[in-house]
Amino acid sequence: MVEVKEPNPEFTRKVIDAGGKTVNLCFQCGTCTGSCPSGRQTAFRVRKVVRRAQLGFEEDVLPSEDLWLCTTCYTCYERCPRGVEIVDIIMALRNMAVRKGYMAESHRKVAELISKTGHLVSLRDEDKALRKKLGLQDVPPTVFSSAQSLEEVKKIAALCGFDKLVATGGKS
Amino acid sequence: MSKYAFFLGCIMPLRYPGIESASREVFKSLGVELVDMQGASCCPAPGVMRSFDQTYWMAVAARNLAIAEKMGVDGVLTICNGCFDTLFEVAHKLNHDPDLRKKINKILKDATGMEYNGTVHVRHFVELLYRDIGVEAIRARAKSGKNLKAAVHYGCHFLKPSNIKKIDDAERPHVFDDIVEAAGMTSVMYKDKGMCCGAGGGVRARTPDVALKMTAENLKNMTAAGVDIIVDCCPFCHLQYDVGQVQLKEYKIPVLHLSQLLGLAFGLEREKLGLEVHQTKVNLPT
Repeated sequence: MVEVKEPNPEFTRKVIDAGGKTVNLCFQCGTCTGSCPSGRQTAFRVRKVVRRAQLGFEEDVLPSEDLWLCTTCYTCYERCPRGVEIVDIIMALRNMAVRKGYMAESHRKVAELISKTGHLVSLRDEDKALRKKLGLQDVPPTVFSSAQSLEEVKKIAALCGFDKLVATGGKS
Repeated sequence: MSKYAFFLGCIMPLRYPGIESASREVFKSLGVELVDMQGASCCPAPGVMRSFDQTYWMAVAARNLAIAEKMGVDGVLTICNGCFDTLFEVAHKLNHDPDLRKKINKILKDATGMEYNGTVHVRHFVELLYRDIGVEAIRARAKSGKNLKAAVHYGCHFLKPSNIKKIDDAERPHVFDDIVEAAGMTSVMYKDKGMCCGAGGGVRARTPDVALKMTAENLKNMTAAGVDIIVDCCPFCHLQYDVGQVQLKEYKIPVLHLSQLLGLAFGLEREKLGLEVHQTKVNLPT
């Protein structure tokens, strides 16, 4: 017997509200999948991600690794004959997925670094030495040079609950 | 003389500071004054941060925009496709959606006392070179460039999404090629030119093997076209090609950011370009 899943319009509504407002325009032509550089190398099919979002198949789409194989290159978005803003749909789905705890440790670490330091790359002694050699200020004139600025960025993270999201891996 | 807030981002100042010093020198020599943005942070990067929390992504970007807005400059200049994407797209959203701006400004004001008023012009350096400086001025200035065959890599977020960026045709662009040619190079057509380097969207951090497969495909196509150098306009694409070739072992094509290429073509001191930190050695044909 073929099992037929019922669509869940409630989840589709959540995707629309989170930024995927064009999701229902998709008529599944597959121009996106045919244009996808990541799909050439893997089994990721962006058309299927959009279909699952359209039908509200939350349990299929949110835990899926596929969701994270998009490089956000916008080729599909540019070529879509229906004007579906595919990258915006993927971003809306990813925002929901991390809140369900689907967060790779490698990504969590990147997010933790920016949450704590304001940059996603560290400042090592060798970087300072090279900057100086090039005639640049050894510490860049960014949050790295200003404790007050760092506090401001940390406060934004706290107000958005971003620090907690990152600390718990979305599993709170 | 135009005056821009100089947005540094992360990868340029911390991993390829030669791109930063080259950019400072090149724009100075073209009569564009760059002013440091005291206390700016990561843009934040559109890959992981936008994927995690779009409100946080917009609020931190709005803080960077607010810093630039207070400086009384002509706009903010970015040297990286990722920084450009975040700052341009967030400015676009906040400038066009008053309710969203109000929501983000509430967070921004509570955290910093600042607000973003929607007046910052976000520029990508290639776009500024093409539109404001012009190809002819670059050609007139570029006297030291050796004619090399260049694989121009636009990356994704310089031109796309083109419905809001409106810089060039996303499928058949020419602005970056025109500048590279004005610098004395020959921009070579290669298969699937315009394809992503593989690093974006958090793919490099999460599944580096997948990212590298895309990089390898690009490198194969560039090699088939017989190129001498790769020219990029984004430190993250730059990193992916520079480190990726060492990981793949079979390619050794020197990778230059456009600022570094212009530095060479303008006859700037080579020591200012930081080429020695590139992992793929920059041995240019003489």
